[in-house]
Amino acid sequence: MEFTAIILTLDATLRLATPLIFCAMAGLISERSGIVDIGLEGKMLAGAFAAAAVAALTSSAWAGLGAAIVVSVIMALIHGYACITQRGNQVVSGVAVNILASGLTIVVGTALFDQGGQTPSLSKESRFHALNWPGADSIKDVPVIGPLYADLLSGHNLLVYIALLAVPFTHWLVNETRFGLRLRAVGEKPEAVDTAGISVAWLRYRAVLLCGLLTGFAGAYLSTAQNAGFTRDMTAGQGFIALAAMIFGKWRPLPTLGACLLFGLLDAMAIRLQGVKMFGTIQVPVQLVQALPYILTVLLLAGFIGKAVAPKASGIPYVKER
Amino acid sequence: MSSKNVTLPRWVDIAAIPLTNVFLAFLVAGVIVLAIGENPLNATQILVSGALGSGEGIGYTLYYTTNYIFTGLAVAFAFHAGLFNIGGEGQAYLGGLGVGLVLLAFDHSLPFAVLLPLCILASMLFGALWVLIPAYLQAYRGSHIVITTIMFNFLASALMVYLVVNVLTPVGATEPATRDFDPASAIPFVHEVLGAVGIQMDSTPLNLSILLALAACVFVWLYLWHTPWGYELRAFGHSEKAAVYAGVKTKRIILVTLCISGALAGLVGVNEIMGVQHRLILNFTAGYGFAGIAVALMGRNHPVGIVLASLLFGILSQGGAELSFEIPAITRDMTTVIQGLIILFSGALVHLTRPWFERLFAFLLQRRPAAATQGA
Repeated sequence: MEFTAIILTLDATLRLATPLIFCAMAGLISERSGIVDIGLEGKMLAGAFAAAAVAALTSSAWAGLGAAIVVSVIMALIHGYACITQRGNQVVSGVAVNILASGLTIVVGTALFDQGGQTPSLSKESRFHALNWPGADSIKDVPVIGPLYADLLSGHNLLVYIALLAVPFTHWLVNETRFGLRLRAVGEKPEAVDTAGISVAWLRYRAVLLCGLLTGFAGAYLSTAQNAGFTRDMTAGQGFIALAAMIFGKWRPLPTLGACLLFGLLDAMAIRLQGVKMFGTIQVPVQLVQALPYILTVLLLAGFIGKAVAPKASGIPYVKER
Repeated sequence: MSSKNVTLPRWVDIAAIPLTNVFLAFLVAGVIVLAIGENPLNATQILVSGALGSGEGIGYTLYYTTNYIFTGLAVAFAFHAGLFNIGGEGQAYLGGLGVGLVLLAFDHSLPFAVLLPLCILASMLFGALWVLIPAYLQAYRGSHIVITTIMFNFLASALMVYLVVNVLTPVGATEPATRDFDPASAIPFVHEVLGAVGIQMDSTPLNLSILLALAACVFVWLYLWHTPWGYELRAFGHSEKAAVYAGVKTKRIILVTLCISGALAGLVGVNEIMGVQHRLILNFTAGYGFAGIAVALMGRNHPVGIVLASLLFGILSQGGAELSFEIPAITRDMTTVIQGLIILFSGALVHLTRPWFERLFAFLLQRRPAAATQGA
């Protein structure tokens, strides 16, 4: 591949990895606290719908983002209430969130806009648009550095940069703060945290709230930055790819970012590889490239690529009195 | 939680609490219908008459019911061993592939009496094979069945798109699907069977696969409650440690349970491909695999409960379609919403209503002696 093609592919990688990064960090914070979340997909979908609907009604991308966060947090609280307060099955609750989001977005969307569940196409001012970094235009023609700066670093929308900042933030929060220490402890051995006089439930609720916040960003990115509106089931499994990325990154922020970028790259390659013949005659099936994140994660889980060990208490409701 | 030690009567546990949970789900659904400006009672009436008010409606309802029974049984069967098979969607998809391949190869050369058992076996085999790797990883590598079966749902989807689009679609066809199978290889429709004995019925997709679904219910009931394997399976689901202590081979239990679960889900392929479509198409599973979770939870993992829950979901699917014709503002996705609510209230929030009943019974038991002394 020539240099510009590489830049373009990496550029696409970053754009495709953004929702994965938001969701994977969301899942990471939730699971490190001991709450398994397979409802990332649903929360992101609900967020995407809320963002597009409110942006269409108010012509403000920021109002859309706010609505996405509110709706995702409400979904997260339903999950939290079921898992923490009611001690329900966390996987079942996650499935419920996914199915509810898939149905409700269309039901409410049809009631609001009467376009078969889609939102109207968003105008330019009601979306997040590309930010050009200072000097990007003047440096553009300098070889190597020019395209790297002007095309790869500059020219994305705000949410892409927020996603990239969410990674060091998550790392700091989980690994460097008192809250993070307690969060990790509550995901490994909640009894110990409880004995120290810290509320297990409140810690887990805060983790779930952060999870909702981040999936809200992911949803808003999908419908008001990457695309211009909401379409049926537009998350298309990305919540699950993010879950895979989190497992692939072994529940640690920086390796998880690496996995998100890898999966984003695979996605970008799948688009570019469409119809291209490799090695002269063999045409790589696009479906194979698209399936690679799942295949890699299964291989990882099988123990063929390192070992992925989940937080010990994840998925187990905490019962105080025994 | 509540400190009152009240033992609830058995009927409260198996009937009152589950029904209350389903009622709450429908209550919330009703509020949603109200919120979008329609009358929920009116909507329910249209829904029920659309599903049960005509021969055509009943046919469609029972056709949907057939699929829900298969996937509901699949989920429930694994639930009894404490395993959550969330991959019914992929296993059903692969089951259809098995049926499709058998029919592509033999539909002109073999008689129906041979094809039918062959297709049933193929659907079960392919469904079971699709859960074999996740089952193996769960049993021997300790990776979680939920995550791996989710991954395998997506892998199934990618594989099927590749096979149907790139391999199985005849050259020059306008849509991705195999050629039509020989009409003689199709499972008879119920309206054809009834027509043969002189009873008129509108033509619907309902076919004799529904008998297979009922047979599967009997099989699951016999296996779980009347065989030593079923006993081991339930013991394992109840307490893994105790089962190990009693000499149960846990790895084998995991493999066998999940393979049977996958085989049950695969049977959707018989109904859809051999019974209705008569060719292999994409996306014929249409969410039945996920709905199976709701069916199993609502049916309390018992075959009788699953038949009743499947019937309700069949009514919702068919009635929901009719409803969306009558009131376009309420789309068919309302059925999906109700599924989600039932999974939430009958599954994740299953403990929500129990304390209410405990408090109610504690109150009633307190009252009774007081009333007795007053009367004396």
